Amino acid sequence: MSSTFASAAGQDQRSTGPLLSVRELEVHFPTQDGLVRAVNGLTFDLEAGKTLGIVGESGSGKSVSSMAIMGLHHGTNARMSGEILLSGTDLLALGRDEMRKRRGREVAMIFQDPLSAMHPYYTVGNQIAEAYRVHHDVSRKIAKRRAVEMLDRVGIPNPDRRVDDYPHQFSGGMRQRAMIAMGLINDPGLLIADEPTTALDVTVQAQILDLLQDLQREFNSAIIIITHDLGVVAEMADDVLVMYAGRAVEYGPCREILTHPEMPYTWGLLSSVPDLSGDTEARLVPIPGNPPSLLNPPSGCPFHPRCAHRDKVPGDLCRTELPLLVPGQRGPGHTKRCHLPNPDTIYQAEVLPEIAPDLAEDRAEEL
Amino acid sequence: MLAYAIRRIVTGAIMLVVMSFVTFALFFASPIDPADFSCGKNCSEAQKKETAAALGYDDNFLDQWRDFAVGVVAGRDFPDDPELRKTAPETIAHCPAPCLGYSTERSSTVTGLIKETFPVSLSLAVAAFVLWMLGGILFGVLAALKRGTFIDRGVVGLSLVAYAFPTFFVGLLLYKFVAIQWELVPLPRYTPIAEGGVGGWLASLILPALTLAAFFMAAYVRMTRSYVIESFNEDYVRTARAKGLPERTVTFKHALRAALTPIVTMAGLDLAGLLGGAIITESVFNYPGLGKLAVLANSDFDLPTLVGLVLLLATFVIVANIIVDLLYAVIDPRVRLG
Repeated sequence: MSSTFASAAGQDQRSTGPLLSVRELEVHFPTQDGLVRAVNGLTFDLEAGKTLGIVGESGSGKSVSSMAIMGLHHGTNARMSGEILLSGTDLLALGRDEMRKRRGREVAMIFQDPLSAMHPYYTVGNQIAEAYRVHHDVSRKIAKRRAVEMLDRVGIPNPDRRVDDYPHQFSGGMRQRAMIAMGLINDPGLLIADEPTTALDVTVQAQILDLLQDLQREFNSAIIIITHDLGVVAEMADDVLVMYAGRAVEYGPCREILTHPEMPYTWGLLSSVPDLSGDTEARLVPIPGNPPSLLNPPSGCPFHPRCAHRDKVPGDLCRTELPLLVPGQRGPGHTKRCHLPNPDTIYQAEVLPEIAPDLAEDRAEEL
Repeated sequence: MLAYAIRRIVTGAIMLVVMSFVTFALFFASPIDPADFSCGKNCSEAQKKETAAALGYDDNFLDQWRDFAVGVVAGRDFPDDPELRKTAPETIAHCPAPCLGYSTERSSTVTGLIKETFPVSLSLAVAAFVLWMLGGILFGVLAALKRGTFIDRGVVGLSLVAYAFPTFFVGLLLYKFVAIQWELVPLPRYTPIAEGGVGGWLASLILPALTLAAFFMAAYVRMTRSYVIESFNEDYVRTARAKGLPERTVTFKHALRAALTPIVTMAGLDLAGLLGGAIITESVFNYPGLGKLAVLANSDFDLPTLVGLVLLLATFVIVANIIVDLLYAVIDPRVRLG
């Protein structure tokens, strides 16, 4: 799949294969009320230096799958199966301690709210240096110097002074910069950013995204960016994975997904994004209903109860049969989980005129 | 920080003055005439009046309180009678500062009584404190780490039992079985260091300290458990794990550190309360500490001693409060004092 992607997006493929390769990942949590199927059959690839955006509502399995890649479900009652290959090693097959040694070194994570994600009682420098020392046998002094370097690299002014500050003495944006410094201090091949800008001021969000992209070029890290903000995806991602009810429902190159989405849920996500520069006549359409229960997911396509287009599929198929993640109208690099035979046509003809009339007119002229 | 400390100490001192006033007033309001007790049985009205005059019990409330307050600062004589000082100085008891009053019942200054009994209560309180903090935090963390398992349920269940049993019952059980029946420890009799050395002193403290610690430990196990579980759910603990830190570091450096703040607060106040005497434990083991003294003074209507003890306890609690508040700033850098 990765090769088809790479060629579809016109990128060069390294012969060694992808850095991260997730195969049929399942994460289930047994609870008193039954089995919560948080992630089902998730498969994707990520090359070194590339960015994958994972998009979806709360409870769609975005965070659970990234925690699985971090090995943070160890010690919980999560049941996992499938494969998570990082540079060829299956992380799910690793023992607890072996996984711990890779965590933070080969794969690091930054979190949504940097204030609560940093320990209030330790200095920023202490926390960053700790991340370095756990994987490198160096003195406190060297680790601290390294922390100052990283703080400088992520754009904290006066890093040699700020290194001794506590998190509450940093502004929100600076805290997130410090978190990024903490994540990248061991030069991990993969960085998972779980909604890194959600808790920040809008003005700071763009700075943080720019910083992430700069650092990605410098360190050649792969990034998984988890978000529900399609603006972030448009800015950052090479590939996009849309998740719904614990499953990938659409997957492909970023440009493809944003301009020719083929799954009604993705349409819904696009419809609920306000466009500041866009047509004031354009409607902001929310997706009706609520995210499904993962305890008792709907039959067939899990999105069918909220889908406005299910009647276009003959024979009640949406209610009875789970669609496969297969290529749609736009070629092999773009897969979707939907029974609609001609989703791109429906999108251009029915959905786009409603949510972005001016864009639809442009397209119509092009055609 | 310094300005804050000074402000807290000044308000603490004011609080103490108010406390002394209220305590003094409370005993004034009691139906017992202290002159009755000072004069003794078979005391005629005239003798009683004379005693009251000599000891100042016939002065009005404010004057008496003033005499008391001056005594705390400068010391005073009982009875404060210039004539008697000339004729029979040997009948006058001098009470040096800080003078908390004079107990005619015990023919001793209250300060002297406290000096005699305080080491017992201090030893007991500190020994129990060490036991219950170590045990409470250790078992609390264990229960939190193993939550939901039978270890957790066992620890929580046991602490519930320990918490539910009254102290005198636990004390008597330990006394009967550990000391008398099984002879695991010598019969508990308070032994000062000067007499029995550190070993003898510690040995004499085992049973009463255990008795006292059992109750507190039960409370601290449950408290530690719930705070640690709470901080395990914090985002910064997840961050600590995401760095690849060993679980030991995650637990002790990250989760427990945050949980300690409220525990330290409680511990400071509990310790201060105990320094004022463990009434039940000292009574069960017949330990001559402040608690035992309070019980005796209470049954003898020894008002001066009671006033002194209440004020001492109030001082401990107020001082502990100030120390705990200052410690907060040391533990939690977000607390900026100024």
